[in-house]
Amino acid sequence: MTARHHVRPAWLAAARDPLAWSIAALVVLVFGMNALRPLFAAAFPELQRPVFQQDSFVALTLAHLALVALSSAASIVAGVSAGIFITRPSGREFRPLVESTVAMGQTIPPVAVLAVAAPLIGFGDAPALVALALYGLLPIVQGTVAGLESIPASAREAATGLGMSRQRVLWRIEIPLAMPVILAGVRTSTIINVGTAALAATVGARSLGTPIIVGLSGFNTAYIVQGAVIVGLLAIVIDLSFDRLTAATLPVVE
Amino acid sequence: MITFQHVSKAFDGVAAIDDLSLTINQGEFTVVIGASGSGKSSALKMINRLLEHDSGRILFVGREIRSFKPEELRRRMGYAIQSIGLFPHWTVEQNIATVPDLLHWPRSRTRDRVTELLETLKLPPDMYRNRYPHQLSGGQQQRVGVARALAGDPDMLLMDEPFGALDPVTRTALQHEIARIHDASGKTIVLVTHDIDEALRLADRIVVLDRGHVAQAGTPREILSNPANDYVADFIGRSDVGIKLLGLYTVADCLRPDEVVAGSPIASTASLREALSAFVAQRVERMPVVDEHDRPAGAIALADLLRLKS
Repeated sequence: MTARHHVRPAWLAAARDPLAWSIAALVVLVFGMNALRPLFAAAFPELQRPVFQQDSFVALTLAHLALVALSSAASIVAGVSAGIFITRPSGREFRPLVESTVAMGQTIPPVAVLAVAAPLIGFGDAPALVALALYGLLPIVQGTVAGLESIPASAREAATGLGMSRQRVLWRIEIPLAMPVILAGVRTSTIINVGTAALAATVGARSLGTPIIVGLSGFNTAYIVQGAVIVGLLAIVIDLSFDRLTAATLPVVE
Repeated sequence: MITFQHVSKAFDGVAAIDDLSLTINQGEFTVVIGASGSGKSSALKMINRLLEHDSGRILFVGREIRSFKPEELRRRMGYAIQSIGLFPHWTVEQNIATVPDLLHWPRSRTRDRVTELLETLKLPPDMYRNRYPHQLSGGQQQRVGVARALAGDPDMLLMDEPFGALDPVTRTALQHEIARIHDASGKTIVLVTHDIDEALRLADRIVVLDRGHVAQAGTPREILSNPANDYVADFIGRSDVGIKLLGLYTVADCLRPDEVVAGSPIASTASLREALSAFVAQRVERMPVVDEHDRPAGAIALADLLRLKS
């Protein structure tokens, strides 16, 4: 019963970490799907091509991540800016308008947003990016507003009363204090986008939804499973990564 | 240092400050007191332009406060509030350094100032410098709040019911600190409270506000001995005015230096209120007085308490 009792080897800590496991599983499936051919051949003996071959899973995963990254970046910039704007005295009047517009974007099913975007913008990545960015706005705006409103009024009054400019109050006090809640919104939005980006395959954007759509139209269950499992793992890895990021930005441990 | 000239301010058509004229002198400890809704907090917030006045003029060092940039004006006036408003994501040191950082003080000067203020407010610097606000008690948090208000070496200090949320023991301790800081620094202090005892304890000058204008302004003795109207008389409490008045004098004010009597002694620095209590408790009419070094200094008689000139 000495201090030795509390020392855990690093490998053990890594082995107990679900993030490490999820990343390992994701890497194995993305790079080694072809090696699993015998497994899929045994599970789906009626299929002539039991592993998706039109595109490599590496390329599909990267394309999927690019879609998510670009659309989420746009959502974050637009959503956080809108959230800050409608909590300022000058933008307060726009709050109901912004909130209901963004909520409406969220209410319409993503397939419908894609279906409307495609004929307007054309097929391919562009409509997918627009639809994803719009679809991811709501949680970010909500998170930003909730985060900014959770700040104690006394901290804001003290900051102003001591002579901080509005900009400084925003950047030094409000945003750091709101950051955990803003990040929670970004996390929800990004996870939604990881799933919705699969649907983007329906309008011709290359993503991990491609094998799923091809599988659905060609009755190839193996393709569907391959696309779905990787999308699922990707969502888990990103979600767990946000966990770490949120923990790192929590400045004060209550 | 601050002059209000016929200042008015309304919220949604309801007057909060109504033709207020008032002068706050350099170096004076002014306590603004009044019932809820008397406009005392509004008046304070107008000084650092957290609220803008509708009409009239407010002068700071002789200039209309609207001619200052709000941020610059506020950096010259320390600000402490009842809800304290420490920044929860900053350490004690970072909180106190708020205004020095805004004023771009060199790092070493800021650090020395933080150390000095923590010592002044009886928070050992090594122990408290790196703590976060949630690791402090309410009283310690308000000590940091007061230190933060003082950090930029402001021309004056504005305090909005700073001790209102504290327990009586902590409140008395902090009142003592702020009185000491005022004596040592000679800073102009404006403190808002609804606690008449706090006002009597701290103020050089008391301003009683009623519905947005001055009901009476004067020294604690003036207010207690000659309340201007019923509102002021009600506010200071009719039943124990005499006791409160005694609280403003010390035994030294009534000392009979040459007299020697037996009994348990009272300190010359004690208030006459404490002396009265001692007379009653000990059932005596005279008792010996000792100075701050416990040396006999004379005696005091119960009857002398009635002969005070107010």
